[in-house]
Amino acid sequence: MTRRYFGWGSANFVVFVAAMFPVFWILMLSLKDPTTLGDGRLWPAKFSWENYKGIFQQSVFTDALRNSIFIALIATFIVVILASAAAYAIARLDFPGKTAILTAALAIAMFPPISIVGPLYNMWRNLGLFDTWLGLIIPYMTFTLPLAIYTLSAFFREIPWDLEQAAAVDGATPFQAFTKVIAPLAAPGVFTTAILVFIFAWNDFVFAVSLTSTPHAQTVPAAISQFPGASQFQQPTGSIAAASMVVTVPIVIMVLLFQRRIVAGLTAGAVKG
Amino acid sequence: MMQPPLWVGLNNYGTVLSSSLWWNDVFHTALITVISVAIELVLGMGLAIVMHRAIFGRGLIRTAALIPYGIVTVVAAFAWRFAWASSVGGFVPKALGLTYDPLDPTHPFTNYLVVILTEVWKTTPFMALLLLAGLTLVPEELLEAAKVDGATAWQRFWRITVPLIKPAILVALLFRTLDAFRIFDSVFIISNGNNPNIESVSVLGYNELLNRLNLGVGSAISVLIFLCVALIAFLFVKGFGTSLSQQRGE
Repeated sequence: MTRRYFGWGSANFVVFVAAMFPVFWILMLSLKDPTTLGDGRLWPAKFSWENYKGIFQQSVFTDALRNSIFIALIATFIVVILASAAAYAIARLDFPGKTAILTAALAIAMFPPISIVGPLYNMWRNLGLFDTWLGLIIPYMTFTLPLAIYTLSAFFREIPWDLEQAAAVDGATPFQAFTKVIAPLAAPGVFTTAILVFIFAWNDFVFAVSLTSTPHAQTVPAAISQFPGASQFQQPTGSIAAASMVVTVPIVIMVLLFQRRIVAGLTAGAVKG
Repeated sequence: MMQPPLWVGLNNYGTVLSSSLWWNDVFHTALITVISVAIELVLGMGLAIVMHRAIFGRGLIRTAALIPYGIVTVVAAFAWRFAWASSVGGFVPKALGLTYDPLDPTHPFTNYLVVILTEVWKTTPFMALLLLAGLTLVPEELLEAAKVDGATAWQRFWRITVPLIKPAILVALLFRTLDAFRIFDSVFIISNGNNPNIESVSVLGYNELLNRLNLGVGSAISVLIFLCVALIAFLFVKGFGTSLSQQRGE
């Protein structure tokens, strides 16, 4: 028994270190004093908050952070509402072409983003959507809606819809039956989908770097890829490391709080699509 | 400024398909895809088993594994680039005592290594979760029965678990192969967007469209990337179609 504990303990340890080490490294890098950034040490010789102070004084970062937060939240909000409606119809109604919709959704989710960057770039310039929030929200919706519909219909199919009738027999109005019985059952699935959509929008780089050009709409991943150094001869390593940690914080919080839900969401579509 | 569009038929496709640049980049992308997905399958299976079977700490392991999955790809790429690049004070070259900069464009091998490591680190958890979904469906009684009959853990894995989760393995492979072929973020960050030795097709498309403003050629590349992805999906479905539909319980 002790041996089994030891075996699984070592396996857990290896997984934990492998998963966390790169994050640990970039955290240590971000805490290095700017003068010691290039010393090639894993553990900082001198700890300092200078890199963090530096990025929060630059509007190029604070603007990008604002853009990232709002663009990801708005896209998530719209996608979840639209996808819930679509998934509700797919789970509840029998209509021709139901399978076709799910297949098409899966096909779109597999579409290479770079393939629509060119046309979008051209259209957005003509329509005045280039370098705007909406210009990023639209492609994010294109790629997350299919995934959201797919995941949500897998969740909705599991809901015991008979409960709705049971509530009606007990005298609930259709609206009450929905808000008091069905909505609480559907909420976990909707919430899980929202997390996955948010992670996609938060993560995106292809569209952000192609369809924005100024702090007006540039998100953090695009902004940090273009951080200038403090001088021509200085690498922006410290700023990038600090900005990286800042955008990682929301992800870590979400993962810590909602680990079960994210795992459920990622496996929902896979087992029985 | 705008010139009226000129009909050129398939000329742009001819330009792309007859250029060594395109074929080199297809080769780079295929190399990264095949190696990363192969490593991810092995590591992902190990991780899935740990997440499924560990007698303690499963929550902790699942949480830890989700960090690479959720982290911004650009951030992951920077973390690995900074760790390996001597030019910005990475600790790896120092720890390994390397005398050259592994991320210098003249060292393709180490450049590939870092891109593949980044890719594997970031997406193994996703692979593992898809495999875990399959593992949870393997009936416990079957494994118990085999154990009673004297099958070793290794035999139980290869003779019972693997055949039963084959559909999950194929779905995971399909998803990850399609995803890996579109690789952009990590190659772009690690190569600074301009190392022809490890340029992927998506980076090539980006450079043509947005840096060199060759909209015609860039668009042809975009369509060709899409066709490659469609071809991969088609081959998977054609080759393993029955297993894939079994997965959906048809």
